[in-house]
Amino acid sequence: MSRATRSILLGVALAALLLVSVTFAITIGPANITPVDVWGSVLHHLGLGHSPLSLLRDGIVWQLRLPRVLTAAAVGAGLALSGAVMQALTRNPLADPYLLGLSSGASLGAVAVLLLGVAILLPLAAFLGALLALGLTLLLASSLGRITPSRTVLAGIAVSSLAAAVTSLVIFWTVTGDSYREILGWLLGSLAGARWPAVGIGFAAILIAGLPIMLSGRILDAFAFGDTAAASLGINVPGARWTMLAATALLTGAMVSVSGSIGFVGLILPHAVRLLVGPRHRPLLPLSAIVGAIFLIWADTAARSLFDPRELPVGIVTAIIGAPVFALLLTRRRSAT
Amino acid sequence: MSEADAAAAGLDARRIDLRIDGRLIVDGVDCTVAAGTFSALIGPNGAGKSTLLRVLAAVDRPEAGTVHFGPDDLFALGRRQRARLVGFVEQDSGTELSLSVREVVALGRIPHQGFFGDATAEDHGVIESALDAADVRALAERDVTTLSGGERQRVLLARALAQQPTLLVLDEPSNHLDIAAQLAVLGLLRSLASSGVTVLAALHDLNLASAYCDHVIVLRDGVVFAAGPTAEIITPRLVRAVYGVRATVLEHPQTGRPMVAFGPLD
Repeated sequence: MSRATRSILLGVALAALLLVSVTFAITIGPANITPVDVWGSVLHHLGLGHSPLSLLRDGIVWQLRLPRVLTAAAVGAGLALSGAVMQALTRNPLADPYLLGLSSGASLGAVAVLLLGVAILLPLAAFLGALLALGLTLLLASSLGRITPSRTVLAGIAVSSLAAAVTSLVIFWTVTGDSYREILGWLLGSLAGARWPAVGIGFAAILIAGLPIMLSGRILDAFAFGDTAAASLGINVPGARWTMLAATALLTGAMVSVSGSIGFVGLILPHAVRLLVGPRHRPLLPLSAIVGAIFLIWADTAARSLFDPRELPVGIVTAIIGAPVFALLLTRRRSAT
Repeated sequence: MSEADAAAAGLDARRIDLRIDGRLIVDGVDCTVAAGTFSALIGPNGAGKSTLLRVLAAVDRPEAGTVHFGPDDLFALGRRQRARLVGFVEQDSGTELSLSVREVVALGRIPHQGFFGDATAEDHGVIESALDAADVRALAERDVTTLSGGERQRVLLARALAQQPTLLVLDEPSNHLDIAAQLAVLGLLRSLASSGVTVLAALHDLNLASAYCDHVIVLRDGVVFAAGPTAEIITPRLVRAVYGVRATVLEHPQTGRPMVAFGPLD
């Protein structure tokens, strides 16, 4: 079977698994909801038939769990996609949305408006924060000379640290009492507050930024041997790079605005998918998105149900799974070089 | 100009200037490569060979000057159109991605495909003949990150061939290769030139240049020091003037082509 056929079959299988994951993740937790109930409720709200559930349990499905699971899916897909693009553009397999300061910039923007009490601007502020951090990173990288992948990464680390420090300062200075816990939970990454508006933001970002990225696989492939090789294959290198980075900033900013910063999804999942379908981006990008969605749905389900009734920030769950996998990747890489 | 005349015109660069970090690396270079010939660009380290090649392959835009290939101003063409005309093989380029050799060669079809375009039967045909031409068919399913330097160089050449270029520019394609691999790569370039492709390669080895190239362009300190048919250019005087090395030029006992024997440094 050719790699292409395998990718398509795998895509269909994973899409089915995603649908199953959405359904079953909603049933998990108190209130004894079955998969049939889930679909009954969904169809009812789409105007088809009556909900099999009582008003309260129907509310749990439609108002709480469904939007939360869908948000998890969008965020997981967006972060995995961002990571795959970052890894391609910086030619650094250990790159992720955190690397160029995107996540910390988005967090800073989000925390700033949260504390100013204008939460309605949160997605915009997170996007602007991400874009600002990206701009700073690239400015710093270019001030070191020609922009190279390693300079970009080093500049990103500097900008990330700065943004994180300013975020901490803002929190330390302004937050009191209960809101401290709330902000901290959000910074660690949490989907506890995800309702339909979060679903809207997440899927809008996937549609506006994620979809065009997913269709640009061939362009990212052309970067495999570096900028010069891409240019000699007829790619507008600066144009493609800035467009992709801006789209990634938008995607990351939107995801951070609904979920806080959830680590390791963007770093690890593209690698897992590469093991399955190889490094070509046309299959890699959409499959990374689907696998990211499935992964975060289950990570978030674990976060809310493992220590029920207490809830963990999902960022802790992804870090607990992600850090050892990352260590494994590093050792594999070492043996390969 | 008829199409035949245009093709005969080959590569024609005029008054090329390029500065890097304020330093003039290429200084008013004029050079031509006749269509369907194989020319070597030689010169000491730091002469500006790589920088000039990037301009001639239209990867980097010069500050001043023009580069024509046949009737086309290379910098006036659209990127994709240019990529269908000009292939460029860098020195020592590698990747972190575990692409198969066939997938790497398939990258060369990008300028021929639409944004959503999938590989057509024609693309597959071109990819297979590029694999054959560069003698890497046996490696087709191998992971490119596991290849030796010589194998990788041939794969990158195959990728450039998959672009179906009529101008092929290469930066030290024989670097780091063992002698058999060097001869194989240069022999391939020679036969490409015979089939009508215009080939320009930076080479360090004057003997390889003498054995395989029709013409030689000598670059020193960013200017063309000499250019012309190989046998007229590679002389003891020139080697002395450009490299500061004493040399004797002999006739190759088997091929009759010039052969350079170097004396010890003074």
